[in-house]
Amino acid sequence: MDDFFTTSVLVATAAAAIRLATPYLLAALGETIGQRSGVLNLGVDGVMLLSAFFAYWTVLSTGNLWLAVLVALLVGLIMGVIYAVITVFFEATQGISGIGIFIFGLGFSDLMFRQQVGTPKPVPRLPSINIPFLADLPYVGEPLFQRSLMTYLAFGLVPLTVVLLNKTTFGLNVRAVGENPQAADSLGVSVERTRFAAIMIGNAFAGLAGAALVLQLGIFQPNLTQGMGFIAVALVYFGAWRPWGVMGGALLYGVVNATVLQWKALGIIPVSISDLAGMAPAILTIGALILLARRVHAPAALTKPFSRH
Amino acid sequence: MKTKMRFTARLFAVLGAFALLATACGGDDDTPEAGGALTVAIVAPSASDDLAFTQSMVDAVNALDREITLSITDGTFIVEEAAAAIRGYAEDGINVVIAHGTQYGASLAEIAPDFPDTTFIWGTATDTQGLDNVFAYHPAADQGGYVNGVMAAAISTTGVIGVVGPIEAGDAVAYINGFVEGAEAGGATVNVTYTGSFGDVALAAEAAEAHITNNVDVLTGTAQMVVGAVGVAVSNDVPWFGTQANQTSLAPNLVVASQVYHWEVVLEEMLALRDSGTKGGQAFELNMANGGLVIEFNDGYSLPADVKAAAEAAIAEKSAG
Amino acid sequence: MIDKLLGALVPLTAAAVAFALGAIMLVALGANPFEGLQALFDGAFGSGDRLAATAVRATPLILVGAGITIAFRTSVINIGGESQIIAGALLSTIAALSFPGLTPYLLVPLVLLAGFIGGGIAGAIPGALKAYASVNEILSTIMLNLIMVQFMNYLLRGPLIDPYELEAGTRIPQTERLSDNASLPTLIDGTRLHLGVPIAVAAAVAAYFLLWRTPVGFRLRAVGHSPKAARAAGINVKGNITLALGLSGALAGLAGAILVFGSQGQRMVTDGSAAGFTGNAGFNGIVAALFGGLHPLWTVPSAFLFGALLTGATQLQRVLQVPASLAVALNGIIVIFVISSSRVRVRLKKLLENSSLLNKPDQEETTEAT
Repeated sequence: MDDFFTTSVLVATAAAAIRLATPYLLAALGETIGQRSGVLNLGVDGVMLLSAFFAYWTVLSTGNLWLAVLVALLVGLIMGVIYAVITVFFEATQGISGIGIFIFGLGFSDLMFRQQVGTPKPVPRLPSINIPFLADLPYVGEPLFQRSLMTYLAFGLVPLTVVLLNKTTFGLNVRAVGENPQAADSLGVSVERTRFAAIMIGNAFAGLAGAALVLQLGIFQPNLTQGMGFIAVALVYFGAWRPWGVMGGALLYGVVNATVLQWKALGIIPVSISDLAGMAPAILTIGALILLARRVHAPAALTKPFSRH
Repeated sequence: MKTKMRFTARLFAVLGAFALLATACGGDDDTPEAGGALTVAIVAPSASDDLAFTQSMVDAVNALDREITLSITDGTFIVEEAAAAIRGYAEDGINVVIAHGTQYGASLAEIAPDFPDTTFIWGTATDTQGLDNVFAYHPAADQGGYVNGVMAAAISTTGVIGVVGPIEAGDAVAYINGFVEGAEAGGATVNVTYTGSFGDVALAAEAAEAHITNNVDVLTGTAQMVVGAVGVAVSNDVPWFGTQANQTSLAPNLVVASQVYHWEVVLEEMLALRDSGTKGGQAFELNMANGGLVIEFNDGYSLPADVKAAAEAAIAEKSAG
Repeated sequence: MIDKLLGALVPLTAAAVAFALGAIMLVALGANPFEGLQALFDGAFGSGDRLAATAVRATPLILVGAGITIAFRTSVINIGGESQIIAGALLSTIAALSFPGLTPYLLVPLVLLAGFIGGGIAGAIPGALKAYASVNEILSTIMLNLIMVQFMNYLLRGPLIDPYELEAGTRIPQTERLSDNASLPTLIDGTRLHLGVPIAVAAAVAAYFLLWRTPVGFRLRAVGHSPKAARAAGINVKGNITLALGLSGALAGLAGAILVFGSQGQRMVTDGSAAGFTGNAGFNGIVAALFGGLHPLWTVPSAFLFGALLTGATQLQRVLQVPASLAVALNGIIVIFVISSSRVRVRLKKLLENSSLLNKPDQEETTEAT
């Protein structure tokens, strides 16, 4: 245990936590926006897989990381349009249409990977960008200021999302539509357009999350996300639909995961209970939520399709 | 609610009609011929080009010195689906069905007796469950693990080596135990992390990162998720030892050597037995002595001559048994 | 009139479009789409044995789907099917390992009961967390899915592992061959049709009766319609929410037991992932329930068709050498189209009615959404 509580290990674990949290945070922030407008998207994992594959394929073909991020964003937007049409226009049952997107994303990304790539080929990974001066700070320098652009983007989007939701007209519309679409409609807010936009933004974020994951790893494999998208959805509930809360959840998840891995590497967690240790992030997330028990207020219209009769 | 039922009823009617129509236009299957040429099928849990477990078997069958018509069903990690595929191939009259996954064994025990003329080849496993048309194979992965471990300890400057494993089972645990033995014999400390999954690439990468934090300067691992760990090795300029297949393409400058499974060595024996009338009932081990396990060095990595010599000595030791 | 026409046309179109997309994918892969579709149906229905295999494959879907309908009627979302299946399978395996000598007439019901209880606990936990600790069930069920997989790996690698594996050193994470007294009897010789199939159908029927013919079901549905009104009427909302998820989980757990004891190998084995054991039944069951209009009885044929899709896909992969993931992607497309189509009918009808009412301006409602 003493091995763990050395500066370098603790700092590195913190850095790993933030790195791990990045894709979860991006996807969860997007889902937050969508859910505030009243739409549940359980297909986040599928969107992440699709965008991750296309981002990977882009880098493989062109070598351009930033183009790949753009492609991933585009894939997210396209899936957003599709999901918005299904949910808003066709008023499909949201829990299940999301699962459909997940199944499709899982299968299609796998299929495309097998057909177009086959043997895994590594690609260049996201470079760490050191923020001058801040990166040299003791203790916090490495974890906070020596990360990749996607990480800075993810954490930077947290206050931006807060501003979007609370200080813009669009955000007001989103919240209104999520709480009481009938009232919003009667006040002239287009429920459909607002939800459409919210879903597109949400899925675009999920696209970025997929890019963050695959470009961090430098390789794609079928089912790369291994359920990450679902955990991101869970984190929205954990964060009570507030961006800072969601960030807290993603960080908690990252910290626990990073710590468990470090303890396994140091032998603090013996191999015999290796699987039990793997439960820790999930158990702690639920535990934290129980302890923090507060009356959380879900968007009242969440999962209810809006129709004007 | 009623309208939903009506709608669903119509949907079923439509799909049911399709079903009847299509079944009516059934086609027929080819039956293969005997003698020399064989029809072979592989059922495997991961992709044929995963640079690991499944790829090794596909490469092996393609390397066989006879005419083979090969069919592959890969990515079947769902055991019941694999069982259906195995049974399906047997029903189609395929001569040799390779069930390339330990978890398929239980199903095989039910399928094999139904098809006494088909030879089933199952691994990794050490016994044929008493079935006389099943051959079993397993790699003595600890041997190559040992050799890799010896080399790893020799090239490590910090003396700390990291291992990323999936689940403590099967050939994974054999390889890792062998590796630890070889490395510790060379005086190094080995940190082993089992991630708990065969496929979680991101977790493997993070496990490797955790090792790097602890002064690890050589890495190894097994299972198809290691591609994630290899990426981390590349980022940190850390040498990598591979197993199951030749992993040089993942890191051309950093892969030192890979223990490659040459299943064809035992496959040839099994097929020869089949030719002479024995359709199964024997278990085979892939090891260094019979050439089934080969340490393939990467020319792109400059290995000091004394390390190479130590490796060759270890190989000789293991080959002698 | 329009209603009836649309009622037939819309699902037909949805299915056709979905299959057309599948055909396009097949062509893109260099395969003949007609051969592909034929392989799909042949694999599912081509022989008595295949039909039985389809029924067996559909069994967990029926059970999970029926459970989902109970949860949905109570307005809770249960995406913890995977964990509940695993929990039921584990408890039933432990039961069989504990009483191997018991006569089949007692052991089979015992292992099934154990499955029911195991899944029930795995469902009741998120239910209670939601009811008494305000922990959203989507979060807790997702988390529990993760927890259960690890727990399964731990047990099958450790305490429950086949002692032979430890001796031989191969350490395959599976149990020893479970007592034959626990295996589900085959109903038709030469096929794999086992007792689990009628049990699943019976469970779906029971779910229907529960929901619409018993006071318990009435209370569940009341909570689903309006928790406030239900509470005002004196119904224990919290208890019923827990019960709904518990029952939903119990049915999934029963599926888990049937997966183990109806399996060809009579062992519980893991490859480390959830889907390797469950075949994604926890998610596919949700889809099956939806296709059946979230009604327990309709879930049966719907699950059967979905099971056919899954069984046929294996044949598709074998015959055409296309990756299995094509079938997965196709499943997703079908789900999306079918779900979307249920409302299309309503909107199309509105559209048609509005256009034919253009000469009656006074009857104009609020503007049509664009």
